[in-house]
Amino acid sequence: MASLRDIKQRKGSIQSTQQITKAMKLVSTVKLQKARIRAEEANPYFNYMYQTVTSMLAKSGNLEHPYLKAGNSSKKAVIAISSNRGLAGGYNSNIVKLLTESEIHREDVKVYAIGRKAMEGLARKGYEIQADYSDVIDGPTYGDAMAISKEVLDAYTNGEIGEIYLAYTHFKNTVSHIPTLIKLLPVEFDQEELSSSSADTNIPMNYEPGEEEALNQIIPKYVTSLFYGALVEAVASENGARMQAMDSATSNAEDMISDLELKYNRARQSSITQELTEIIAGAEAIS
Amino acid sequence: MADNLFSLEIITPDRVFYKGEASMIEFTAEDGDIGVYKNHIPLTTVVAPGVLTITEPEGKKQAALHAGFAEILPDKVTILAEVAEWPDEIDVNRAAAARERAEKRLHDHESGLDTARAEIALKKALVRINLRG
Repeated sequence: MASLRDIKQRKGSIQSTQQITKAMKLVSTVKLQKARIRAEEANPYFNYMYQTVTSMLAKSGNLEHPYLKAGNSSKKAVIAISSNRGLAGGYNSNIVKLLTESEIHREDVKVYAIGRKAMEGLARKGYEIQADYSDVIDGPTYGDAMAISKEVLDAYTNGEIGEIYLAYTHFKNTVSHIPTLIKLLPVEFDQEELSSSSADTNIPMNYEPGEEEALNQIIPKYVTSLFYGALVEAVASENGARMQAMDSATSNAEDMISDLELKYNRARQSSITQELTEIIAGAEAIS
Repeated sequence: MADNLFSLEIITPDRVFYKGEASMIEFTAEDGDIGVYKNHIPLTTVVAPGVLTITEPEGKKQAALHAGFAEILPDKVTILAEVAEWPDEIDVNRAAAARERAEKRLHDHESGLDTARAEIALKKALVRINLRG
């Protein structure tokens, strides 16, 4: 049996770890609230953008436009959004897993990493890291989203890459975060959704400047808005995941502490008993 | 008078900037300034940096509108703006600095200068300054 001092020491170290995890949980709870509000505020913009673009494409049917068909290059850009810090449960490794288990071949992928953790994970697995924008995730702004999507879109228009994907963690609610891989470009829509959205907006739309020019301007904005939406959702998911991980760590520590406390009391009791027996035995021997 | 109103929504990535009823709005589009009353033909147009004026029954409101696009339907106008600001949100000092920077760039013809970008930056700064002044 471990000595009293060992048990006490171990209990002390677990207690201080628990204090840290508790504090981290509180911090990520506050951050989650903020991030969630931001994600919700970004929602109307994104939804409307999606609606507009779908109805535009529904009405203008078979437009020949570079943004609507795959480029010649077999290279695929993947924007992988994770976090710069660990201790968030499976949050970061899920993004890495999402990519390694997807149907995209490793050799074709150029990773645009946002968040150091997934970048390191992917680099270890042999993915080509094209660029690293890890600082952005600490406080994503629309300006950041614009700058990065411009970079990726330029590579797309130059023919360096043929398709653009986005890997991020969708924030469904506080406890459920879903790693998601979506295709940004070329734009693909559900045929069903297209026909249903064209049914209820039966007004011929005019475009100024011309249709093609308007698409040229609007599609990049659409990509940027999707991308920005993914960024703010990923931040919310990160804090949600960390909150959960730290919550279970805190309660695990709680269990361990009560276990150790029991052991400690037993050990203390048995040492007292032993001492008593020794004293009584000694007294009996004398008398 | 109530029947000449249309609903207007201005949405930016971080908030719903404006939601309400208006009788007329004016803003700068890619091809020049346009004004929209109720029953405008359906039109989607790209927004250029400029001053946005909303005429409500109670009076006029102005804001700076920098980029995005507008979808105009007979009874509803939606502007998806990348940046929009009310006059009291504008940082004049920053705008003045941006203006100087852009003017200098255009004036000096720096090598590798993205003229279009500098011009847009200048335009944005001017819109901000005008609205405050």
